[in-house]
Amino acid sequence: MSALLELKGVNAAYGQSQVIYDLNLSVADGGITALLGANGAGKTTTLRTICNMRVRCSGTITFAGKKIDGLQTEDIVRRGIAHVPDGRGTFVHLTVEENLVLGAYSRRDRAAVAQDMERVFGYFPRLRERIAQQAGTLSGGEQQMLAIARALMLRPRLLLLDEPSFGLAPLIVQEIFRILNRINTEDGVSMLLVEQNANLALSLAHDVYLLETGRVVLNGPAAQVRNDDSARRAYLGY
Amino acid sequence: MDTFLHQLLSGLANGGIYASIGLALVMIFQATHHINFAQGEQAMFSAYIALTLIQAGVPYWAAFLIALAFAFIAGVAIERVVVRQFDNAPVLAVVVVFLGMLFIINSLAGWLFTYNVQAFPSPFPVGLGSKFLSAHEIGMIGVTLVTLAVVYAFFRFTPLGLAMRAAAQNPEASRLVGIRVGWMLALGWGLAGAIGAVAAIMAAPIVYIEPNMMAGILLYGFAAALLGGINNPWGAAVGGFIVGVAENLAGAYVVGTELKLSVALVIIIVVLVTKPAGLFGRTVVTRV
Amino acid sequence: MTVRTEPVMAAALPKAWSAWQATGVVALLVIAVIVPFAVSSFHLLQLTMVVIYAIALLGLNILTGYNGQISLGHGAFYAVGAYTMAILIERAGMPYWSIVPVAGIVCFIVGFLFGLPALRLEGHYLALSTFALAVATPQLLKFHALEKWTGGVQGTFVPGFAAPLGLPLAWDQWLYLFSLGIAAALFFFAWNLLRGSTGIAITAIRDHPIAAKTMGINISLYKLLTFGVSAMYTGIAGALGALVAQFVSPDSFTIFLSLSLLVGAVIGGVASIFGAIFGALFIQFVPNFADQISKAVTWAVYGLFMITFMYLMPNGIAGFLKVIGERLRRRRNS
Repeated sequence: MSALLELKGVNAAYGQSQVIYDLNLSVADGGITALLGANGAGKTTTLRTICNMRVRCSGTITFAGKKIDGLQTEDIVRRGIAHVPDGRGTFVHLTVEENLVLGAYSRRDRAAVAQDMERVFGYFPRLRERIAQQAGTLSGGEQQMLAIARALMLRPRLLLLDEPSFGLAPLIVQEIFRILNRINTEDGVSMLLVEQNANLALSLAHDVYLLETGRVVLNGPAAQVRNDDSARRAYLGY
Repeated sequence: MDTFLHQLLSGLANGGIYASIGLALVMIFQATHHINFAQGEQAMFSAYIALTLIQAGVPYWAAFLIALAFAFIAGVAIERVVVRQFDNAPVLAVVVVFLGMLFIINSLAGWLFTYNVQAFPSPFPVGLGSKFLSAHEIGMIGVTLVTLAVVYAFFRFTPLGLAMRAAAQNPEASRLVGIRVGWMLALGWGLAGAIGAVAAIMAAPIVYIEPNMMAGILLYGFAAALLGGINNPWGAAVGGFIVGVAENLAGAYVVGTELKLSVALVIIIVVLVTKPAGLFGRTVVTRV
Repeated sequence: MTVRTEPVMAAALPKAWSAWQATGVVALLVIAVIVPFAVSSFHLLQLTMVVIYAIALLGLNILTGYNGQISLGHGAFYAVGAYTMAILIERAGMPYWSIVPVAGIVCFIVGFLFGLPALRLEGHYLALSTFALAVATPQLLKFHALEKWTGGVQGTFVPGFAAPLGLPLAWDQWLYLFSLGIAAALFFFAWNLLRGSTGIAITAIRDHPIAAKTMGINISLYKLLTFGVSAMYTGIAGALGALVAQFVSPDSFTIFLSLSLLVGAVIGGVASIFGAIFGALFIQFVPNFADQISKAVTWAVYGLFMITFMYLMPNGIAGFLKVIGERLRRRRNS
């Protein structure tokens, strides 16, 4: 499998403080890559760097064979990278339906958008029930579902997910991860998944990168990391 | 009773002007968290454009639409050229920038069109009038309601309107769905400019046109915006009508025209002291 | 519009001065004292106004800069001070110098009382209320029921006097020195007030009202007192301004005065004592300068200056100088 997203020698900083050092990372086309690490390791910053969200960066980032570093966030998104940020980034004062319509804002294929709306409701039937409700009044789990659904409305090739399990009940988390797996296998959407819950991430991902204070300290296929006792104990703590 | 009705209805007519200016202020406030103190001057300048065209023989409604287009483009240009540069500036610096624009537009208008008070035509046939309202007042209420309806429909039913609302609420998430937030802001400025221009062109036959014509109107529009709740555009519109009525009744029954501005403002402030989020605003709870 | 200045500004509370800063201030004072004997009476008048504006701006700065309460209506307090001077000279025959503290006290009370409703109003609501105050001021001064004292639309003349103690000074020279002395005293008082625990309380309320409350600061009381002191400064400036203008009328105290004061405070540099002086220089001289550039569009030129200043120095002249100073210091140390 070829790489869909590739970061080469990326350094990233907020203002004067550098967060990421010489990062090399790739996401295979059709694959799920997990990015693990403790608080402050630079996981979220990596995602923000890919989308050029108020981060200064150097190095090259290519997506589907084209350079995307230096582009505006809007233009990166329009190339097919959907980002579900931490804190979910839903429009809390708008309805569920409006959120989904906005997800497809940059698309011009009206008919396909309507189809995608149906498909998204197939994944998340609960959203259909809440279609006219203000997003801010949804439960945490529903909001996370809405955020993912909104991202899917872009019909992305790559989904960037920032801790989708954060603050949710275990049952909901399991449901969401099951759906993510379906999205990957049925629609062929590649994913870059940031998680603190390593066990969960390893169960879904094909490849794993482990970050420590802004540097990659371990990477390889998920199955291998899962079975490597020393790596698990040293870095993942279980 | 008749006088009372007259004062009430005439207050509603004036209130439409304040509602429009209030709506323009709220639109910009929601997207930028700043009050555009130059809003009134932008509107005044557009009214002069309309007047110049009418005097040159352009039919009224054509001149009206051209002036609106001018106001829209000017609003976009102001956002792109000036306001944009102050994205990260302290709040008070931005206030001074808006005051600077107020001075610039006012002074340019005085230079180009003189400071003389001039009459401004009304497009509404005199026969429309009744014993309670003049023809222009009736027409003014109609134009205000149409403007509000158009703006409402735009924001409620068009994808662009939805995107503008989204960009104002959550710029970062908007970028993540591919909305060009910078342009949405500029469009918001353009739209606010056009709405303001409607207000000024409707007000001009009553207050006459001169470079300082909007000073009092801007203040009432500001009051309308706050009274309705600065986060709620439709509250601002309702606030405008309330302010218009309060102003007229205070002038007619309480203190006479000499102090009516002061009294109307005192009433508004008293209301705000008891209801700090405005009549229709939501209280924003900020995390500490 | 909560006025939240940069965190850097939290550290901007006046500290004890270094030796060269003290020397600078003394030198400035010496020059200021020599000036009335060296310039024409027209320029002297302008300089007197700079001194008076500096007092008014310092007052506004204490409220808006340090305490974060925006005021678009300080011209009203300036007007109250000016009318107090005019009325007490004309109707009560009091000596002008004794009216200065009276004007201060009157304005303190007016400011304190205006602060009561303002306690419930924050940000834009306070901006509106003060804006309304500024708009209402000329109307109230014209109000016919008060005409007996205010002189109504016509206004009232304020006489000039001779310099006291037989000093060989013209009235304008003396008035300049008199204002300068009062300004020096008021600046010293503000400096003392703001560098101590009062200053910390006032700025804490601006930066973090809830934290300030948990520290046991009586927010309401401090806000009211700040409003009072701020109005007192601006009112004293107004009283002196009436002596300079020798005339008060409603149209001298329009919204334009209030807006000019705000412009001066912000361009000079909020939350800075010296910012008041820079701001005073700006609002006194830049309009003249703009007038020389173009008679036709004077105020457009002035507006351009305002925008350009804010673009180049978003934290005002004082903020800009501070950054320059720190950069020089860092370079010297490295």
